[in-house]
Amino acid sequence: MDNIAGQKSSLSLVTNIAVLLIVIAWLIPTVGLFVSSFRDRDQIAASGWWVAPFSVELTYRTRADAVPTEQGNLFVIEGNIFESEEVRDSFEGGESSIAAFGLRGREPGAFEAGVEAENRDGGTIVVNADGTYVYTSPEPIDDAPRVYFVADTPPEFTLDNYRTVLTADNMDRAFINTLTVTIPATIIPILIAAFAAYALAWMDFPGRGLLIATVVGLLVVPLQLALVPLLNLHNQLGIGQSFVGIWLAHTGFGLPLAIYLLRNYMVGLPRDIIESAKVDGATDFQIFTKIILPLSFPALASFAIFQFLWTWNDLLVAKVFLPSAGDAAVMTVKIADDLLGSRGGDWGILATAAFVSIAVPLLVFFTMQRYLVRGLLAGSVK
Amino acid sequence: MSPIIQGIITIIIGVGGCVGYFYFANLFLDKVLFPARGENAGRNINRANMIRPWVFLFPAMFALGLYLMYPVVGSFFRSLYDRSGDEFVGLGNYARLFNNPDFRQAFFNNILWALFVPAGATFLGLVIAQLTDRLRWGNIAKSLVFMPMAISFVGASLIWRFVYAQDGDIGIINAIRFYFGAEEGIDPLQIPFWNNFLLMIILIWIQTGFAMVILSAALRGIPEETIEAAIIDGANPFQVFFKIKVPQIMGTIVVVWTTITILVLKVFDIVYTMTGGNFGTEILPSFMMDFMFRDDGQATAVAFVIMLVVLPVMIWNIAQARKEMR
Repeated sequence: MDNIAGQKSSLSLVTNIAVLLIVIAWLIPTVGLFVSSFRDRDQIAASGWWVAPFSVELTYRTRADAVPTEQGNLFVIEGNIFESEEVRDSFEGGESSIAAFGLRGREPGAFEAGVEAENRDGGTIVVNADGTYVYTSPEPIDDAPRVYFVADTPPEFTLDNYRTVLTADNMDRAFINTLTVTIPATIIPILIAAFAAYALAWMDFPGRGLLIATVVGLLVVPLQLALVPLLNLHNQLGIGQSFVGIWLAHTGFGLPLAIYLLRNYMVGLPRDIIESAKVDGATDFQIFTKIILPLSFPALASFAIFQFLWTWNDLLVAKVFLPSAGDAAVMTVKIADDLLGSRGGDWGILATAAFVSIAVPLLVFFTMQRYLVRGLLAGSVK
Repeated sequence: MSPIIQGIITIIIGVGGCVGYFYFANLFLDKVLFPARGENAGRNINRANMIRPWVFLFPAMFALGLYLMYPVVGSFFRSLYDRSGDEFVGLGNYARLFNNPDFRQAFFNNILWALFVPAGATFLGLVIAQLTDRLRWGNIAKSLVFMPMAISFVGASLIWRFVYAQDGDIGIINAIRFYFGAEEGIDPLQIPFWNNFLLMIILIWIQTGFAMVILSAALRGIPEETIEAAIIDGANPFQVFFKIKVPQIMGTIVVVWTTITILVLKVFDIVYTMTGGNFGTEILPSFMMDFMFRDDGQATAVAFVIMLVVLPVMIWNIAQARKEMR
């Protein structure tokens, strides 16, 4: 519409800005999760992810543990606080500066750097911004005195959260379980649905319209209805709560959409091709396998993506049809029932677990978006 | 047996079984049951062709019947029996539900969800579809807004915990409040009544992309002449949008709206993960899960209430589909 009279350039600027703002608003929550998953646990607690690239003021506890010397009638410890044993590991290689220090855990930042502070036993201490300190005491020093300090710590990004999630929290197992549920539950319904869709699209028989209407109606049956009767049925059949059960359940629940999508697509295929194949003596089975199936690839792909995303992301069916305890938990169940309880306050771990579980769907989404959009359009715009 | 191997075997059996079934059933029909030779060849071909659709349809019909149609009936009958399933209580479970204040709360909240989520997602989707329509980087913008569609409800809930958290170093809302001088963090999810809307925002965030994709395609399908004519007649961009474009895609808007409404009535994950149904945020699907594994009678009764709520949409859908086929 750019070349149409009446279009104002100021409006186009406003549009650009508005879209930019919307996109930012849409991305902020996900970016927060992504950034947090790489942050060090202490840093998450000390500052928001939106300041992750900047240094954080963290509180440390250590001892002034350099070797004491005797100077006149005073006992003196001189050293660098960053090199004291208890915190040495945290400051390896990083440049830090001390903002404040203190002598009691309750007020770790009571004194500014460079100010002289008096200890309870009569000694005095100065900690400078660069970490050097001088402790002076009239008495001999037995124990290295306790020092607290607040230091600007450079931002730290680690893969520790991923290591913890994948090893200690059994997410690797849950990841494999999710794959195990997803792949058969995606492939099996496609075949069944494709044959049914062909029959509904291109074969003439009484009751066809009624069947199509039934499929459309079944599209909206709430899953909740199926839970109790089917779980009881599975228990009676001896399947119980198992992978076989969840595969069957996902297959059943995915079929209406599969048939509907595929039929809509197949009906749109050119009639000439099919009729000339029939004239040439092809049977229905041949027409289906040699003509319809290859031509329907886009529709098959879009349903496969739908079903994959749906089974991968599902929580309800997995909660009901898989055993609740033990090794069979999929990632969504693991996160919702396990991690949120046991790791409720550990934001880095939660973020990482969430990111592990959404990484594969996001990958599928961004690589196969074309088919997904096409499928959505075939299913809804009619 | 490791689940991976079990999975691979299942794929082989499942796919092989399906292919085998279709192939051999078809072969059986043509060669054994009604062979196209001998004196009745013509009649046999016709008969085989009459039966063939049902051979193709059988697995799908069987699965649909068992996994979707039987449960509707099965759930209804189960809801008429008590907890153990032995004693017939008639509509007793339903009576108990309606006397339960938690159920009434869940029902009320569910109505709020069914009103506001489709409205919010459709409206935002329409606005974004229009704004990005002629933008040079419109496709990238759309793809990013569409992205939450790929994220699970559980994942989305965790993502939004990083927005709603009480800790000002985690939650953006509280960080903003602190920035403007607030003294103490609040837990937004514990604010009575409004916390429902905070949870709805998560689902709107997910579903807007869906609405946008479909409405964007519908907007492109509008005949250019109608818009040009309006502009020549002096309509401003807002008039073009609201008076020319929106009325022409009203059918699609309704489809999007109802699709999201149906989805809303099924989603329990967000409430379950964010609040566990506490603080007055219970909705019917999450309320049902409270009874699942404990009281099948009441669980199925809740499920059937959800079905009754969905029923009008279902009938409308079927009517639309039948109209289309004619």
